[in-house]
Parts: sequence; C-alpha cells; structure tokens
Amino acid sequence: MTIREIKELLNAEVCCCENPDVDILSACGSDMMSDVLAYVKHQAVLLTGLVNAQVIRTAEMMDMRCIVFVRSKKPTADMLDLACSCGIAVLSTTKRMYEACGILYAGGLKGNGEINE
Amino acid sequence: MSDALSFHYDVDGESFSSAGQASAGVKKNLRQLGIDPEIIRKVSIAMYEGEINMVIHAGGGEADITVEDNCIVIVLTDRGPGIADIDKAMEEGYSTARDNIRALGFGAGMGLPNMKRYTDEMNISSVVGEGTTITMKVFF
Ligand SMILES: Nc1ncnc2c1ncn2[C@@H]1O[C@H](COP(=O)(O)OP(=O)(O)OP(=O)(O)O)[C@@H](O)[C@H]1O
Ligand SMILES: [Mg+2]
Repeated sequence: MTIREIKELLNAEVCCCENPDVDILSACGSDMMSDVLAYVKHQAVLLTGLVNAQVIRTAEMMDMRCIVFVRSKKPTADMLDLACSCGIAVLSTTKRMYEACGILYAGGLKGNGEINE
Repeated sequence: MSDALSFHYDVDGESFSSAGQASAGVKKNLRQLGIDPEIIRKVSIAMYEGEINMVIHAGGGEADITVEDNCIVIVLTDRGPGIADIDKAMEEGYSTARDNIRALGFGAGMGLPNMKRYTDEMNISSVVGEGTTITMKVFF
C-alpha cells in the first residue's frame, strides 16, 4: 500500500511527504515507543496518538517510512523538520486509533506480526 | 585495534526532546561508512533505547561507539542511581518509570530486553549510587 493510498483511505491531511508513491509493507499502532521498537519490521507505517519528538526519532531508528497521527493530533514545526530531514512522511487524520488501524487492515495492509519470518 | 574508528557523544540529561541525537548521529556516521543497513538498524535501535534510559533514569551520560574489524561496540556510561537488581530490570515489562514518563511514550519495561534482542552481546555493570555502564556488541 502506498502512502498516497493511506492518505486517501484515512482521509488524512499531509503534513510532509516527499514521495507519496513509497510502498508501505506493514503497520503498527501504539502510543508506547518501546513497544514499537520491539516489534516493527521494514518499511512500516506508525499510527500513534502520541505527539513528541521521540515519535519521529523512534520512526527514524526503525527506518519507518510514514507516521500517521490519529485523533486530529498535529506535530509541531520542530517535529516536522526532523521528519522531513529523515525522509519520513507525516499524515494527520481525524479518525481514532481503532478506526484508522481497522481501515488500513481492511484495505490489505498487514500487521507486522503477520509478515514476520 | 589500530584502524578502529570511534565516535563519542555526550547525552544531555536535561532535555527529553533532544534525546536520541547521539543515536541519530551514529546512524548517519555508520551510513557514511557504507555499513550494512541491517547492522545499522540494530545498532541504532539498541543505542537509542540505552540513550533514552540514560535521559529518563540517570540524568544523562556518555556514549562511545567503536567500529572494529568484526563488530561495532557501543558503550553507554552514566553516573545515575545505578540498577539494584539487573535480572529484574532485564525482565520484559519491568519498569520503575512514573506516569509522567509513560505519558511521553516510554516506561513499558521493554528497553533493556530490546537492547539484548538487537545486539549479539550485552553486558551491564552497575553500582547503586554510582552509575551504570552498558556494553553492547553487534557483529558483522
Ligand atoms: N541507565 C540506567 N540507570 C538507572 N536505572 C536504569 C537505567 N536503565 C534502566 N534502568 C532501570 O531498569 C528498568 C528497566 O529498563 P527498561 O529500559 O527495560 O524499561 P523502561 O526504561 O522503564 O521502559 P521502556 O524502555 O519500555 O521505555 C527501568 O525502569 C529502570 O528502573
Ligand atoms: Mg528504557
């Protein structure tokens, strides 16, 4: 699923995105960054309701390609600068975590537990 | 080792929002050296967890990364409160973090187990009241 498709499915606002055609292979929804750091695999999107610089750092360390802030949360300018410099796309949707995850899952995007080995 | 390459970082214990800068710096340096992305990922995740721990549990510290012939060595040193029961701290889900830390997205008790999972060797030496040194190795 591409970032463009994620944006359309979630009716999301694009806060920064260099290349909407980047392919996303799996997804993870969490507000606990160490859980994200424990389980996420390649080319993933992170859905979160947490807003602080460590969300971007976590995605950077994991080589994630996209972050979706749920419940209309908006990243700060500093967070966006950091995301852009790391080539991470940032979206914001009014949908809640459960709905956003469900929509992407129904759209064919697997959880990262399902694409393991 | 004569041709070993090393990087040193001071980790600021006062600023949560700048935590992770050292790990991000290491990630960039290792990329420039053309090191395998999978190795870089392991090193950066393990170091990032350790860096966050130094910020939230120990008031900051220092990080030294050495690229050797067959591995990358990460040494994290702090003068924080130390860890009384290391076995307990290594358990998944064990955390002494308060609600204010959990509200920032940390304190799941997953950091040390993650560091062990992403590295090939990990050693913790800690003295209560003096500080903690964690040494990790990722082999090529
Ligand atoms: N550098 C350190 N100095 C003192 N105590 C530490 C240090 N690192 C870890 N600890 C102790 O070990 C516990 C477990 O650490 P761990 O990283 O696994 O979990 P956490 O930091 O509490 O939560 P998470 O890593 O999931 O955000 C911590 O709650 C803390 O009590
Ligand atoms: Mg931790």
